[in-house]
Amino acid sequence: MDFDIIFGNAARAAFGPEAVILALAAIGLNVHFGFTGLLNFGQVGFLLLGAYGTSVSVATFGWSLWVGILVGLVLSVALAVALGFPTLRLHAVMFAIVTIAAAEIIRILIGSTDAIGLTGGPLSLSFDAGAFYDLNPYPDGPHDRYGVGTFEFTGQQMWVITVGWVLVALVSLVVFLIVRSPWGRVLKSIREDEDAARSLGKNVFSYKMQALIIGGVIGGMGGVIDAIKTSGADPNGFRPQVTFFAYTALLLGGAATYVGPVLGAILFWFLREWIESFLRQLSAEAWLPGTVADFLDGSEGVISVGMVGLALVLLMLFRPQGLTGNRTEMQLDAR
Amino acid sequence: MRRCVAFAGLVLCVMLAWVIPATAQSEGEADSSQPTVLEGTLRLGFDQYFAGVSIAVVDQSGTSIGQTVTNAEGQWSVAVPGSGTYTVTLDESTLPEGMGLREGFDSTMQVTVTQGASRAVVFAVGEAPKGTPFGERAAQTLFNGLKFGLIIAMSAIGLSLIYGTTGLVNFAHGELVTFGAVIAWYFNSSWGELNLIVAAIATVIVCGMLGAGLESGLFRPLRNRRLGIFQLVVVTIGLSLLGRQLIQLFFGAEPLPYTDFQVQERWEFGPWAVTPRELVTVAVIIAILLAVGLMLQWTRFGKATRAVSDNASLAETSGINVNRVVLMVWALGAALAGLGGVFQGLDTDIDPFLGFQLLLLIFAGVELGGLGTAFGALAGSLIIGMSTEVSTLWISPELKFVVPLAALILVLLFRPQGLFGVKARVG
Repeated sequence: MDFDIIFGNAARAAFGPEAVILALAAIGLNVHFGFTGLLNFGQVGFLLLGAYGTSVSVATFGWSLWVGILVGLVLSVALAVALGFPTLRLHAVMFAIVTIAAAEIIRILIGSTDAIGLTGGPLSLSFDAGAFYDLNPYPDGPHDRYGVGTFEFTGQQMWVITVGWVLVALVSLVVFLIVRSPWGRVLKSIREDEDAARSLGKNVFSYKMQALIIGGVIGGMGGVIDAIKTSGADPNGFRPQVTFFAYTALLLGGAATYVGPVLGAILFWFLREWIESFLRQLSAEAWLPGTVADFLDGSEGVISVGMVGLALVLLMLFRPQGLTGNRTEMQLDAR
Repeated sequence: MRRCVAFAGLVLCVMLAWVIPATAQSEGEADSSQPTVLEGTLRLGFDQYFAGVSIAVVDQSGTSIGQTVTNAEGQWSVAVPGSGTYTVTLDESTLPEGMGLREGFDSTMQVTVTQGASRAVVFAVGEAPKGTPFGERAAQTLFNGLKFGLIIAMSAIGLSLIYGTTGLVNFAHGELVTFGAVIAWYFNSSWGELNLIVAAIATVIVCGMLGAGLESGLFRPLRNRRLGIFQLVVVTIGLSLLGRQLIQLFFGAEPLPYTDFQVQERWEFGPWAVTPRELVTVAVIIAILLAVGLMLQWTRFGKATRAVSDNASLAETSGINVNRVVLMVWALGAALAGLGGVFQGLDTDIDPFLGFQLLLLIFAGVELGGLGTAFGALAGSLIIGMSTEVSTLWISPELKFVVPLAALILVLLFRPQGLFGVKARVG
């Protein structure tokens, strides 16, 4: 059992592109759920459009990567508007269901064989993200590694995560500034008591729509990073559980806080990868009885996702405000 | 039955994901040190893969480069000598019966690849055009839709009763459905080798006990701790992920059938060709829905359930044992969900995502009908089931779940309270 390797894997996951993507998804959700009280269960739809908007623009239409990124973000806004009109008037629980349904509709359509000409259908779509990597300031030879011990990245990875974490910091700052403004106080008042906000003459629908758009675009940025990281997109990567992972990260770090979603995303990937690496090492241990080893072998991923579920349950039972949250702010009843 | 019942459904949705890790199949960047490869995957939707299909690759001069068959995941790949244009041919006769290439796709394709790259070649496989007249197919899909809608409706009872009595939206309800299907499989095909009917009865009992256990061991203590509704929903989401992963861990991810009632001769009724097993499914579910409706309307337990749904505090002060009612509701709801899983598993195959796939449709049915309406939940479920199946007359089956979900969103655009719901201002 080599704990250096386990730790290295976990640390790479915690600071790698996957954590950046999850952090952006969770920050967007924080705007929806943490500050406005919108129970958006379709966040993955925004990531999907960010990723496919970028990939399709470059791979299918041959546009430049920068135009593609813009297309991805514009599509996220479009989804927020299209989704918001019919659904923002709904009961919170209905809103949750409809948002999941909408994200699934998009995933099924994009992944269907009828869409092969446009999106690659069930096959993943890949494109050339060279325009992004051309700007890479890190020397990226076959032997260039950045980091210490088993915690190291290649030059290309360094470039993605540098851009990614700078983006996360900027987005967090913007969220901090707008939520602290009078506009943000209206959002919180809607979360606490929608009718009270309305009685003060606030246009609740309009504020909710703005929050939906802002959080959606932040999610869309996560999708763009995903597309750049893999130089492509695959419909299987956008299943509804991605939304629940983002909720896990948000609730772990603390909803309605500014660092919560980022901290949560880092911890989420650290723990998940730690467990998976640990189990993988464990199943190779000689002293383990053969039946246990066979049982573990190949099931590491299944177990680690199950652990996410268990973590959600325990978190709600013992620390609903997460690591950094304020307990009274998490009393909201999704009404 | 006005708002009586607790079918309130509710629901939530579901989702969750099918948890299969995505299989990335990226097309590699050209790197001349790498082999040059043509590859692809033959599949329909996300869960059906075609194995053993022959693929041949010929270069421009007509020289054969390679021949292969797809593996169990429907994947194939052929290494080619380098940059150039190649002709890839799929042997349609090796596809499973009834399957063919979809309209607009040819069994022969020209592809160009550069040295060191891997190039994906897509053959879109779907059901071969049928010779059956439209009317007959329409009648058949209507029956399939009725059956599917009834399965959804029965599975929805527990969801809506639990929502009505406790306000909890149970995202793990789909896993109760899956659990029923899987446990019945163990009884029927693995440990017990019981007849499926016996296995189904045993499953109903086990699922009922599981439901009662969840209520008394987990949800009642949580209610007593005054956990908010949102926290409770998140707990059910966690349980749903955990339950699905546990089922996958022990059962495996491969779809498996029951041993009984698999091959049956179809009985012809006019335009319908129906297997006895489908008839039994429909008849049993209709009987159960009737029985539950009558029970809610006329029995002491039913009246108590409706009273608790209406106003739990008032019911308590009138001497109704609310905790016992909720316990019974959980047991009943879980048992019916488990039975729904058995019927759905009989209709398709059993896999760990069976219930999760149904859950979104269960939510959709309950929501379409209108929260808090018994008749609405039934009608909504039937509409969802029918529109899912009937849509396959015109669109590809892999898209069939889009139709009911899109219908749901459209209906809510004009009637936020659902088709039969009571209008209330929200937002």
